[in-house]
Amino acid sequence: AEQCCVSLSVNPSRGLMDEKFIILVQKALPGFQLTIHASYHCEDGNSWEAFAHYTADAGGTVNVSQDTSLGGTYSGVEAMGLLWSLRPVPGSKPGLRLRKKNVQTPMEVTISVYQGHQTEGFVDQVPLASVLVERWYMAPGVCRIPITEEGLTATLFVPAGNGPFPGLLDLWGGGGPLVEYRAALLASHGIASLALNYLTPKTTMETGKMVDNQYFEKAYKFLQQHPQICDSRIAMLGLSLGSAFTLKMAVYSQVMKLRCVVCIGGSHVQPVDGSVEQVLGYMEKNSEKTRFTENNEMIWRDLLLPIPTDPSFKVDVGRLKCPLMLVVSEDDQNWPAPESAKDMKEMMERAGNSHLLTVLSYPNAGHLIEPPYTPHVRISMFRTVVMALWGGQMVEHSRAQEDAWKKILIFLRENLYDSTKPGATTLSHL
Amino acid sequence: QLSPVRSSVMSQTPPIVSVLPTRGLVDEKFKVLVENLPPGRPVTVRSLHHSDNGHYWEAFGFYTSDHRGTVNVSKDQSVGGTYTGKEPMGLLWSMCPVPGSHKGLRLRKLNMCSPMLVNISVHSGHEGFRDGAPLASVLVERWYMAPGVKRIDVQEKGLLGTLFLPPGPGPFPGILDLWGGGGGLVEYRSALLASHGFATMSLDYLSCGQPVFTYVETAFNFIKDHPQVIADRVGVVGLCLGSLPALYLAADSTVVKVVKQITSPLLLVSGCDDQNWPSFETAEDINQTMRAAGNDHLLSRLDYPDSGHLIEPPFSPHFRASTFVTTNKRKAMILWGGKTKPHSDAQEDSWRKILSFLQQHLCCSLNAKL
Repeated sequence: AEQCCVSLSVNPSRGLMDEKFIILVQKALPGFQLTIHASYHCEDGNSWEAFAHYTADAGGTVNVSQDTSLGGTYSGVEAMGLLWSLRPVPGSKPGLRLRKKNVQTPMEVTISVYQGHQTEGFVDQVPLASVLVERWYMAPGVCRIPITEEGLTATLFVPAGNGPFPGLLDLWGGGGPLVEYRAALLASHGIASLALNYLTPKTTMETGKMVDNQYFEKAYKFLQQHPQICDSRIAMLGLSLGSAFTLKMAVYSQVMKLRCVVCIGGSHVQPVDGSVEQVLGYMEKNSEKTRFTENNEMIWRDLLLPIPTDPSFKVDVGRLKCPLMLVVSEDDQNWPAPESAKDMKEMMERAGNSHLLTVLSYPNAGHLIEPPYTPHVRISMFRTVVMALWGGQMVEHSRAQEDAWKKILIFLRENLYDSTKPGATTLSHL
Repeated sequence: QLSPVRSSVMSQTPPIVSVLPTRGLVDEKFKVLVENLPPGRPVTVRSLHHSDNGHYWEAFGFYTSDHRGTVNVSKDQSVGGTYTGKEPMGLLWSMCPVPGSHKGLRLRKLNMCSPMLVNISVHSGHEGFRDGAPLASVLVERWYMAPGVKRIDVQEKGLLGTLFLPPGPGPFPGILDLWGGGGGLVEYRSALLASHGFATMSLDYLSCGQPVFTYVETAFNFIKDHPQVIADRVGVVGLCLGSLPALYLAADSTVVKVVKQITSPLLLVSGCDDQNWPSFETAEDINQTMRAAGNDHLLSRLDYPDSGHLIEPPFSPHFRASTFVTTNKRKAMILWGGKTKPHSDAQEDSWRKILSFLQQHLCCSLNAKL
């Protein structure tokens, strides 16, 4: 019972995934060495942890937003380091990735304080104090609606309130089942977002046939006709393989009139007349260009290189009529995003529409640009079969995620809410 | 829900209302921001809450957007509505029942495990803002329980209470929370205290059928002996009628070992416009008694002019009177007193000072060994 009240607080204790928090330790002895530890148990049963070493100041306080971590899973002054430096606990399977499937419940992270500068064995000790922090993908009042009409397999997230809201079509990459967390977060920022499954929708699972390009147009029309969505304010966002179809539809579709487009880690290189199946087939044909790391991890960035000169193999972005934001990671080992962005810029300059283009380019960031504070993984299992190399170094990748998200939100808001003074809406809380 | 207004509204740029945090504790401040309005536009920012017992409460302030088309409730002046001036939390503490409601309502949350839901919306114009649909709205959650706080029903040793334990390994300083004469088991202050690191028990001491002072001692012992409570760091908080047992424990009881007469620190909080209990006069009397006994160095007082009887957690709406069911089941209208703005300021100020007082006396000082 001499156990003392070192006090630990995290504010806010319930936040959105992209919000910052302040971790404060108080009432320690001046100069006291302590370790702040974060622990997260995934839905899939795996455990992740992060930790950092601090020394209490003369007032017995540690403020993670202001003080320097002397070591651990991150160092320096890093307000959110305990989230983005999370890694699987020792003994975990290799190639894990932290992705929340159920976005209706929060990610629950336990933040604890331990005596001394420790690096292991946390689970066997009693901390001095510990608190639970909730990190949400859905703001209060956001509605999650599974969509099965028109043969679509998708999930719609509608912001709180009556609307009408701008809409967004969200395309993920080739990595697996439908992932909802980005669409949920975008809805939490006032954009009705549809996470669309275009690789394994019900129709494909039942008939074995992949979707045609009209599938994307059906999704767009669904958004247009929705009573809570404004038909003239619809954007499209694609990551990785999703960027390919995003660019194709943005340029060539007669049906889709997009307000703006965002492509993360993608390329315009593909058979421009090709369906989903043909685009995948084109990549498959080039699969002998796969390289391997010394640990047998697959590097796929060469499959689309060199950038072709034949115009039937790259989307003609010179014909794009709406703003385009490209998010490029310079250490992307999975897609040739930097080379593609360079080529797209040249095409747009020749065509005279490069004023529509914004390129965000991040040194030492890897392929998987996720919402802020998502832990970086340099490699992970791809479709449970092979290990893919994504690239990136943890610190720079994490900074890239934070910066890109902020800029994506500002870009979407400027184009979807039409504020005539860019920068006037500052999203000051991000 | 109002039917959505389509393209005619959307062809203009819709405003955006955001609140930070969207999920907060009830004693945390929030920032309400409206953006993307045309400049110089009169708008009303309104809060709406549907209470556990089915009534609607609202507050609203009249604002004008600045040259950037923004209204910042934390910084701008409300020129009318249920509150005026620069009031970041006015949308909560100035809430009152919507027009057409019964008289004498009181806002109290019954279920601690779910949040209070408040809808914050922005409307065109000032007077007559209700005539149109909201331009935009957002939903905010206000919680009594921080994540990880555990709520435990206590039904042993003849006690009827609810224990709230903070997250973490403990042990924690403890608090016995004694509510007032309104009866029943009122949990919200205990839940909030647990969210601040105190193992806190609410006690229903009115329907126990036992002598109150003995019952309260049993409860105090229960807390003291709990494996997750630091036995020599237990305090008592009493409101209204609950102050009496609290003072008893601090003075005469042999249970509280460190006490002869009042030898534990005592904080008295009084509303000077208290129309229910002569709290100010009582505080004066206690003060004089302790001065004569030579232990008034233990006494701290917070006296709030123009505040009424019901000093609740911060940002809770003030009401000057409400209906009260007496012990023989008769309904009466009780006057609590107080004026809304000073009373709300008193709630905010006193809560901060109560927490500080509790932390100072129940949590270890810097010199304690770890």
